[in-house]
Formats: sequence, structure tokens, C-alpha cells
Amino acid sequence: MPDTMQSLVLTVNEVSVTVARGTTVAAAIAIAGGPARTSVTGEPRGPLCGMGICFECRATIDGIPHRRTCQILCAPGMEVRTS
Amino acid sequence: MSKRFDTLVVGAGPAGIATAVSAADAGQRVGLVDDNPSRGGQIWRSGASQPAAARNLLAKLDAASVVRLQGWRIIDSPTRGALRAECENECSDLFYGKLILATGARERFLPFPGWTLPNVMGAGGLDAMVRGGLPIDGKRVLVAGTGPLPLAVAAHLARRGAKIVAICEQAPMRRLIRLAAHLLNEPAKLLQGMEYSAATFSARFLTSCWPAAAHGKEKLEAVTLERNGKQWQEHCDYLACGYHLTPNLELPALLGCRIDDGFVVTDDLQRTSIEDVYCAGEPTGIGGVELALLEGQIAGLAAAGETEKAMKLAARRRRKLGFVRALRDATALDPRLKALASDATLVCRCEDVSFGALRNHANWRDAKLHTRCGMGPCQGRICGAATEFLFDWNPTSAGSGARPPVFPARVSSLAPSIEMHQKETQ
Repeated sequence: MPDTMQSLVLTVNEVSVTVARGTTVAAAIAIAGGPARTSVTGEPRGPLCGMGICFECRATIDGIPHRRTCQILCAPGMEVRTS
Repeated sequence: MSKRFDTLVVGAGPAGIATAVSAADAGQRVGLVDDNPSRGGQIWRSGASQPAAARNLLAKLDAASVVRLQGWRIIDSPTRGALRAECENECSDLFYGKLILATGARERFLPFPGWTLPNVMGAGGLDAMVRGGLPIDGKRVLVAGTGPLPLAVAAHLARRGAKIVAICEQAPMRRLIRLAAHLLNEPAKLLQGMEYSAATFSARFLTSCWPAAAHGKEKLEAVTLERNGKQWQEHCDYLACGYHLTPNLELPALLGCRIDDGFVVTDDLQRTSIEDVYCAGEPTGIGGVELALLEGQIAGLAAAGETEKAMKLAARRRRKLGFVRALRDATALDPRLKALASDATLVCRCEDVSFGALRNHANWRDAKLHTRCGMGPCQGRICGAATEFLFDWNPTSAGSGARPPVFPARVSSLAPSIEMHQKETQ
């Protein structure tokens, strides 16, 4: 990360995570250590395609469910919740 | 709310940007719609060091008077001459004179035991995650699949401090040599290839080799590799595995464009079988950035009525089509990859449908109706391409039943707009 990049703080499952500006929510979830979602048969899942097509990275952002977190950049104070 | 354009371009990767710039230069009112957070497509992602060609073209786009709808995705074509698009909190009908489809490609994924574990990703998938801020420094990464993408990804991740455990290419060496011979005629591509190999020479490059299984409890811990019947395990933090690219055909199929052998059919001026609809870049054949740029320019000029200029470029394009065929031959998948999935291996990751549940169905439609395969949020974008290879099914042919919405959408976005209602009652 270049030094000039500012960082920001968001929460993933109510735990604060500091990331560089420009970081995707999917990367923030990975930095927080979690899988993004649980599959219909209960498997933990994380991102596969990284380009908004597979829907494996979906999570709830600021109360809106099923957001594709790899396509969304982190914002200060954002509240992310994984299933 | 609606918007009107002479030329509407879908996709802001190299092909779409080249189209938008050349159409705008020719005096057209241009709209450029793209689903990603920023322009550049998958190949010119932000957060990456950009090649000079990319920087030049992106600067031209920023200077051109192009209306950019970034973060918008197309969900429907409610009437001839219009597309409906949705963003985070808005929906709009986009009316066009000419439409250029530059929808790009995605990776083809093949199922093998353990491929649904977290930290098993696509090759481009892991690369995109790293460009999006995923820390990779010091991590052990196994890169696998076929074609140029895994090599490019390995080189980039190595530069970012990843320890590349190995690069596994499913094709045998003799086919790669044929592709390399082709690259000798293309100095720019050869240079790229050398750059990749210089950055990754310390990693093992194994041909006729692929991941047979991924292991781990909550996430990936190790991968079983297979080569010439021999199997062994490698410990790693990430597996980046993609079996070349497959074009994004949902929108061309919805509009009824003729699709032949998995690609959109176009003429010399990039016109599809549907009037006023053009196609440029990977959906016409996987050929990389240079060809995509050329096709974009041709489409932009042709849409603006600059036929003579477009025809000149079309001659250059024809000379590059050999590379498309060479790439296709080199990346042809080894039939032994069909045997990796066991009956318990999931093929459809949205609905968790296993290989065993699918293999006795006659076709894609039959499997969908009986198992819900391909009916989850990705709408078969991942498992469809896998079943194409595994079972010779045909999920994205014309007449395959492509119907709106082509992407999951809000219910409110599906209601007829005022403009559409007026048009229908006129």
C-alpha cells in the first residue's frame, strides 16, 4: 500500500477493522478473518470470481442484505455483517 | 428517469472504452455503462500498475464527453432500442440509436473435491481480491489452470510478495510451444510473456498438471496435485485456479444476437445479427487486449457511420484472428479434468447441487427443473460453464431461454417506467 493512501475504519460483525482507502468490502471481510457467507447446506464460503459474478462474497452492508462485497469499496463507519 | 444516447456501450473494459472514445471523437452522444466500481474492466483494474496503452486510453476517456454510468448493471431490454439499468439506489431506461455490447469474459471454473473451501479462488479472482486490498505478502499461493492468465497472475502476486508454490498448466508442453511460436509474430505479446517468466522464474512451472483436490477445515490448507497419474500434496494459503475464459453472453443472448460455437457472430464492422447492435472484445472470441481495443475502435467508428475508417481497421483485425485460434487450441481442456469431481462434489455453488445429482440429467434445462442447478443468485454463470465441459450441456446458446432479468434486480426496477408506458400506449 502506498504511504499516501489514507486508512478508514469500518466494522465487520461489530468488530472494528482498519483498511486502506480503496479496499473492497470482500477484502475487509477476509482481513477480519471470516468467511463471507454460509451456503444453503451450511458450508463456509468466500469469494471465488472477484468480479461480481459468482455471488459467493455476498453479505449485509448497512442493513441491506445480499450485497456483492467484491464490487463495493469500504467507507468510514460502514457496518458489515456476514451470515 | 430515462437517458438517451446515439451510441450506448455496455462494459467499460478495453473494448468498451475504445468504442466509447472513438464514437465520441466522431461526434456521437455516447453513454458507457459498467457494473464495476471503477472503469478499466477486469484487466485494467484500479490499484494496478497500468501499462502505457491503458493509461493513454483511460486519459482519452476522461477527456472525452462520454456519459459514464459506473456501478450500473443492465437487467433487461424492455423494448427495442432501450435497456433497463439499475444501480445501488436507482433504476433507469437507457435509449439508444446504436448499442455496442462489450460485456467481456469471466473465468471458467471446474469442480473438484474441496473447490468450495474459502481461499480457493479463480486466478483472476485472487488477483482482483489482492488489487482490492487483500494482503498477500508472505502467503503461499498455488496458481493453476490454463492459458496466459495464471502466468500473469503469478507474476503480479510474486511482485506483491507472495510465495508462488507452483504454477500448474493443464495443457501439455507441446501445445504451449505451438502458442509460443505464434507469439513470436507478435512482439508486444512476446514482451509480456518474457515479463511474466522473469518475475516467476523461481516458481516451478508444471505442464499437464492440475489440482485434483483441495483440503482444509474452515478454509484451504493444502492441495493435492496430479500429474501423469502421480499425486502429491502441497501446503498453501491460497489456490488461484481458472480454466481460461468464457464470454459473458447473457445480454447478447437476451437481445437475440446469433451465437455460434459459444461466441457472438459479427461481420467486419462488428455488427451482430440484430440491427443496430454491435459486439466487440472477448464475446466475439477470446483474443486479449490488443484485439479488444481494435474491435472497440471498429465498432465505435462503424456505429458513428465512419465506415471507411472502420473497414481499414477491420483489415488489421483479420490478421490478428490467428491468435484467437492459437489460444483456443492451446487452452483446450484435457478430458481427464472431467473425472476430478466425485458424486459428492458440488457443481452449483448457489444451490449446493452435487455432481452425482446432475450427471444423469439429459440437458441443462432438465437439470435446472429437477435440481435447481443454475437457479441461484449467479443464475448459472459459474456452474453453467462447468456443465458445458462436464456434460456437453449448452446453457448460453441462443434460444436457451435467456430471459429478463439477466441479473438479480429489485422488484421495483421491473415495473414499467413512465416512458415505456407512454411508448406502449402511443
